[in-house]
Amino acid sequence: MSDIKYILGSFGDPDEMMHGIEKLQENNISIYDVYTPMPIHGIEAKLGIKRSRIDIAAFCFGITGTCCAFALIYFCAVIDWRVNIGGKPSFALPDFIPIMFELTVLFCAFGMVLTYYASTHLFPGRAPRVMDLRATDDRFVIAVDAKDNVAHTVIDGLLKDAGALEVKYNERKYISYE
Amino acid sequence: MSGHNESILREPLITGDNITYAKITDDILMPVENKPNKAWWIGFTFASLGALLWVVAVSYTFWNGIGSWGLNKTVGWAWDITGFVWWVGIGHAGTLISAVLLLFRQNWRNSINRSAEAMTIFAVICAATYVVSHMGRPWLAYWVLPLPNQFGSLWVNFNSPLVWDMFAISTYFSVSLLFWYTGLLPDIATIRDRAVGTRRKIYSIFSFGWSGSVKTWQRFEAVSLILAGISTPLVLSVHTIVSMDFATSVIPGWHTTIFPPYFVAGAIFSGFAMVLTLLLVARKVLGLENYITMFHIESMNKIIILTGSIVGVAYLTEFFIAWYSGSEYESYAFVNRSTGPYWWAYWMMMTCNVISPQLLWFKKIRLSIKATWILSIVVNVGMWFERFVIIVTSLHRDYIPSSWAMFYPTWVDISVFVGSIGLFFTLFLLFLRVLPSIAIAEVKLLLKSASEQAKMKQIKEGHENKEYVAEYIESLEKFDSVKQEDYAKI
Repeated sequence: MSDIKYILGSFGDPDEMMHGIEKLQENNISIYDVYTPMPIHGIEAKLGIKRSRIDIAAFCFGITGTCCAFALIYFCAVIDWRVNIGGKPSFALPDFIPIMFELTVLFCAFGMVLTYYASTHLFPGRAPRVMDLRATDDRFVIAVDAKDNVAHTVIDGLLKDAGALEVKYNERKYISYE
Repeated sequence: MSGHNESILREPLITGDNITYAKITDDILMPVENKPNKAWWIGFTFASLGALLWVVAVSYTFWNGIGSWGLNKTVGWAWDITGFVWWVGIGHAGTLISAVLLLFRQNWRNSINRSAEAMTIFAVICAATYVVSHMGRPWLAYWVLPLPNQFGSLWVNFNSPLVWDMFAISTYFSVSLLFWYTGLLPDIATIRDRAVGTRRKIYSIFSFGWSGSVKTWQRFEAVSLILAGISTPLVLSVHTIVSMDFATSVIPGWHTTIFPPYFVAGAIFSGFAMVLTLLLVARKVLGLENYITMFHIESMNKIIILTGSIVGVAYLTEFFIAWYSGSEYESYAFVNRSTGPYWWAYWMMMTCNVISPQLLWFKKIRLSIKATWILSIVVNVGMWFERFVIIVTSLHRDYIPSSWAMFYPTWVDISVFVGSIGLFFTLFLLFLRVLPSIAIAEVKLLLKSASEQAKMKQIKEGHENKEYVAEYIESLEKFDSVKQEDYAKI
């Protein structure tokens, strides 16, 4: 038993998995993480995960884009080289708006998505950290750290009671490593 | 989502019985995990021949300059810009489906957004090639960027809509690509975890190490929602700016303030038509009838009626204003459009875009796959003619009657256009083979609430209002993927 690192409860139904989380929590068993093939609404509240602050990052990137676009156009068209177009003013703000808008969206989208990739550790070629290969297909997997929670038979029972189709004992954290 | 039931009055978004999470994955990944069938190879052969024609025609243009097109002194902009606007317009449906319909919580978008977004990206690639090739000296394409240079620095003209357009199209393309790819990550991970050997390694690289943990999904949903929020004004801005390429000029026929909303409506109109053209075939060939149902087709047809009618009203308003403004140049441009030498193009546009989509008011036509498919092609033809009419008829009779001219395309013009269609289909067919054509994770979300079997369970539990149930069963009649005999017993 001592080689076991993680206990996985593999469910076939998201509602049963949510029930499994409740069962474990009632028994003071800490949950390491949950892996699902689709987003499960309401699971963050149950696991006490804080709301994502990525929207704040998105706003900051967006406003940076607005400022950069304005600064670029203002420098080029007003300071560095004024083009005389029929004697009209060089500082033609309405004409600046389209590009300011586009760069706001561009900076916001790229900044936010790259922040997301960085904070979630997603990048091309990263070795997938998968505990159960079916967690991206049709299984909803609750992972429990076996070293912190020693009552393995209790966990096994709780998961099976909640409707787990299968309980796995993984000796390696991520089975996806070759 | 799971946990509570959806109203029985809503039509199911997934039909068929015995649909499980595993079956959804199997069904959608069928074309990706198996060898392609004959239909795919035939389509791919024709499409790649078209793409080859495109390579030849574009190379010929690069080598000989745009003198190889049929342009003349009077008509200095014709098939190139027509093709460009047509493709950009088609490229609008994907982001509209993935962004606007997400904000409006239209769950039926879940099964069509992936392929519509792919279509968007390929259409914008086709459009971008026109931009580059009609520059004349494509090796100087970087001149559209505000880069420091040795002329002083002489910057680009930020007052020009063509410069705005460069920013708009490149932002639109890159943001759409980002949106599409981020949405693909969980599905690429699904393929990865089912594959073995080299395939697994390749999909592993492209899956970015997706794990599907709680935090990943939570951020994923936040990112999707914000991307949808910023893409919604983006999609509207792109065709607005494309229309400004014309509207800010002082050419009669172009110089109108109605252009931005009218172009945006037209873009959505043609985009949905192209989505239908592709998906009606893909649904049949890939056997995805349970996921792209008659309800989806009917909903898209309804959007086509709406946007087609907006376009129709815009045509009439334009005509009315040309007369009401009292500007003789403006009214001449419109009289010439409808009765001049290009009358046939004008009436082609009117028939295809305004009259024929009205047939979709008839339920029988709206629910007929054949009729819908033919109408979707008619709309695409009509929208090509719309751009041709706006561009060529406004130019070909300018201010000096001695320089009035007609436009005749050369083989290069025709080959660039036909070839771009080939390129588009080549990319789309390759997409169907290597990536899931339906967003697997998003469709799984619908299984427990909006599927036919979930509703069947609801009915069997017997707590539903009898009238509602009857109405629901009646609404199922239009589905070609529902077994009616299952409901006869109830």
